[in-house]
Amino acid sequence: MKLTINRIAQEVDADPTTPLLWVLRDYLDMTGTKYGCGAGLCGACTVHLNGRAVRSCVTPLAAAEGQEITTIEGLSKDGDHPVQQAWAKHQVPQCGYCQPGQIMQAAALLAENPSPSSQEIDKAMEGNICRCGTYTRIKAAITDLAEPAA
Amino acid sequence: MTDYYDLSRRRFLKTTAITGAAVLAMPLLGRRAGIPGAIAAETATASDAALFVALQEDGSVEITCHRSEMGQHARTAVAQIVADEMEADWDRIVIAQALGDKRYGDQNTDGSRSIRFNFERLRLVGASFRQMLAEAAAQQWDVAADGCRVEQHAVYHDATGRKADFADLVGAVATMEPPAAPSLSLKERDDWRYIGKGKPIVDMQDILTGKGNFAADIRLPGTVVAMIERPPVVLSQVESFDATEAMKVPGVIDVIAMPANTENPVLFKPLGGVAVVAENTWAAQQGRSKLKVVWSPSPNDGYSSEAFREVLAAASRKAGDVHTSRGDVDKALAEADKTHSAEYYVPHLAQAPMEPPAATARFVDGVMEVWSCTQNPQTDQELISAMLGLPEDKVKVHVTLLGGGFGRKSKPDFAAEAAYLAKETGRTVRVQWRREDDIRHGFYHTVSAQRLEGGLDGDGRLQALRHRSTFPTISATFAAGAEVPEFETDLGLNDAPFDLPHMQAETGRAPAQVRTGWMRSVANIYHVFAQQSFMAEMAALTGRDHREFMLEAIGPDRTIDFAATGSKFSNYGADFAEYPFETARLRHVLVRATVMAGWGRELSEGHGLGLAVHRSFLTYVATVVEVRVDSEGELSIPGVWVAVDPGTHVNTDSVINQMEGASVFGLSLALHSQITLKDGAVEQENFNDYKVTRMPEAPGQISVEVVASDAPPAGVGEPGTPPFAPALANAIHAATGKRIRQLPIGDQLRV
Repeated sequence: MKLTINRIAQEVDADPTTPLLWVLRDYLDMTGTKYGCGAGLCGACTVHLNGRAVRSCVTPLAAAEGQEITTIEGLSKDGDHPVQQAWAKHQVPQCGYCQPGQIMQAAALLAENPSPSSQEIDKAMEGNICRCGTYTRIKAAITDLAEPAA
Repeated sequence: MTDYYDLSRRRFLKTTAITGAAVLAMPLLGRRAGIPGAIAAETATASDAALFVALQEDGSVEITCHRSEMGQHARTAVAQIVADEMEADWDRIVIAQALGDKRYGDQNTDGSRSIRFNFERLRLVGASFRQMLAEAAAQQWDVAADGCRVEQHAVYHDATGRKADFADLVGAVATMEPPAAPSLSLKERDDWRYIGKGKPIVDMQDILTGKGNFAADIRLPGTVVAMIERPPVVLSQVESFDATEAMKVPGVIDVIAMPANTENPVLFKPLGGVAVVAENTWAAQQGRSKLKVVWSPSPNDGYSSEAFREVLAAASRKAGDVHTSRGDVDKALAEADKTHSAEYYVPHLAQAPMEPPAATARFVDGVMEVWSCTQNPQTDQELISAMLGLPEDKVKVHVTLLGGGFGRKSKPDFAAEAAYLAKETGRTVRVQWRREDDIRHGFYHTVSAQRLEGGLDGDGRLQALRHRSTFPTISATFAAGAEVPEFETDLGLNDAPFDLPHMQAETGRAPAQVRTGWMRSVANIYHVFAQQSFMAEMAALTGRDHREFMLEAIGPDRTIDFAATGSKFSNYGADFAEYPFETARLRHVLVRATVMAGWGRELSEGHGLGLAVHRSFLTYVATVVEVRVDSEGELSIPGVWVAVDPGTHVNTDSVINQMEGASVFGLSLALHSQITLKDGAVEQENFNDYKVTRMPEAPGQISVEVVASDAPPAGVGEPGTPPFAPALANAIHAATGKRIRQLPIGDQLRV
């Protein structure tokens, strides 16, 4: 199967039903994308498929074939994507396990909607659980980046 | 293993015994450092210097953190303490993670003790290096060491204008003996650069770019992945299994029966079951789903949460084992002008850290090497050593980053599973727990029923209070059949801080039928929910303001020695003289949180303010919650205000972050979370039915005030949790008149 991950073409010899999460982690050793629930319930495994946030734990490899996949490792070259910078500024992480998924979700939201309202942020981020409870900081970081509505 | 549960009380003695003869005469400093009588819970030794700090060739300073990092920012705090005392430049430090090793003393990262146990010791480590650097420079320059000053990674001799970078002194320091502690001088509190400030965490960039290495991220050549089908009921075992279909799954390598755990006490031993070993995680999961396993009956098959609730409630309605007694509660309640009683229920809970348990192990040349997301690598060593018959020094445990712990990962059964399979297969094995495994096979927060009774005099003053609590004790995890709680009575039961003539704390007895374990703030969760809710009920009965009623009940400024009133109060293992219970500090946080929240202000329709205050892990926390409940019974939380007095603290922003997170943790258990059992098996399986807080229902804002204090450092990770649920319940009552007495709230407010 041919995949494009972080703009690099990759070939993977895996069963097409294998979830993208395990292809990334076990076949390609890209461990930035995390396993949290395996059922699309927590968002820890969030990656971009053609710029859209998806749960890689319930996305079969076949559905990702030929698509543009972006993972936390490829969100920015030097770890300085505006979302990553905002996360650092607000000192969001506690344990940090869910944060790659949170960051990917937030980056997709802002790419699609540069000026999300408070409710739109809530709605977009609802699928991403942070058991440490850093939600107020995550929201403050996203709000920082949200352009004032035109 | 049997003494694990009470180590919190005996830690100091045990650690002293370990360090023994090498002790450098430590409990010192204190006043000089501006910390009145602070104790060194971990005794410092000369060898500590080399254990914790290594000067690199380029002069950078490698600081080793011996506590597990699970989001409380231990790695950053340890670095702040050491770097501050040794005057290292923050940009020239690197952090290493310690292996499990008794030379570090206690590594059990629970009980909110990392800073309390190590603050002075780590300062001495830093001071020791600072002094060696000064002496090394003095020797090079042939001047007196006391004329040299160390500042920001360099030594200066002002009289001659000379300067040496740490890099220039690496060789000289390497040959020096660390100085004896009595000769060390510690920095004055006013001179602290990093301690008490808000340093960004050392792991920030790794976390933000996906480079943080958690347990399942360890990549070693030739690793195979195991998933384990475990018995649905504790103490059940495999009667027979058929692996034919599982073995047909491409990538499945082997199917292995795990050693059964069929006798109480269950300890931290793995549960048993059948492991599927495969080339990758997905194949292991597919293979596991094709296993056919027949399980044996278990003595716990009859455990049903619904029926057990009645057993607990009935026990709390009759006289129990008395732990604290003052005055004559029976007589006072009988003669009171007004009395009130209420019953509370809090279900089993699962810690559910975002990173499900995982560990990798390999067995090479007689050494078992393990990578584990453990809260205590020494427990991994002991457990694996006992299970496999290996000497402890042949079990090498690396600690990865922990994707949350909350108490679950202080019980490393998952690492023992990996070690067992590594030994059986001769391969490098990663054991991966699914979320469903984490929810169904945990060490659960216990279930409790409580009954409180209060009596008022004619002026509406509280005169008598009885608190009776019944729950299966964590002690049963370590001692078969234990039903009388031990340390749990110190967490919110024996330490009721009220100035009343008549008080009594009792517990009923109940058997444990699941694996029971710690969860963030442990018994404080249910005890404080009941106690602080009941105080609001009593205040409401008098028609008086809740805050005024509380301040009156707490009474005048004083220290309370709970042990002196007959209870065996352990004070979180701390010396009472060093960490007295100070009502002035309790009152202060209550006043501050209510002032911040604008207590007494006019609120819109459907809004209410509620408060709760408690000291746990030696830290005083008051929480005020504002709730809004709409006409449908839909609840939202516009604001939360927290005042916390943890004594001396290291990282201000981490303290704030912990209070925010602990509030959300409290919100999860208040609103949604519960583990229920039927026929001995857990009924929930994933985040669809074990619900935790998500962003839309998180508080709109959380304001935290960290009280400036010179008192010795106390806990931070846990004490923010206990007051949240009762503050929320009290706010709901203020908003709606409805009293929440059972958690989770669930649909109780729906109309």
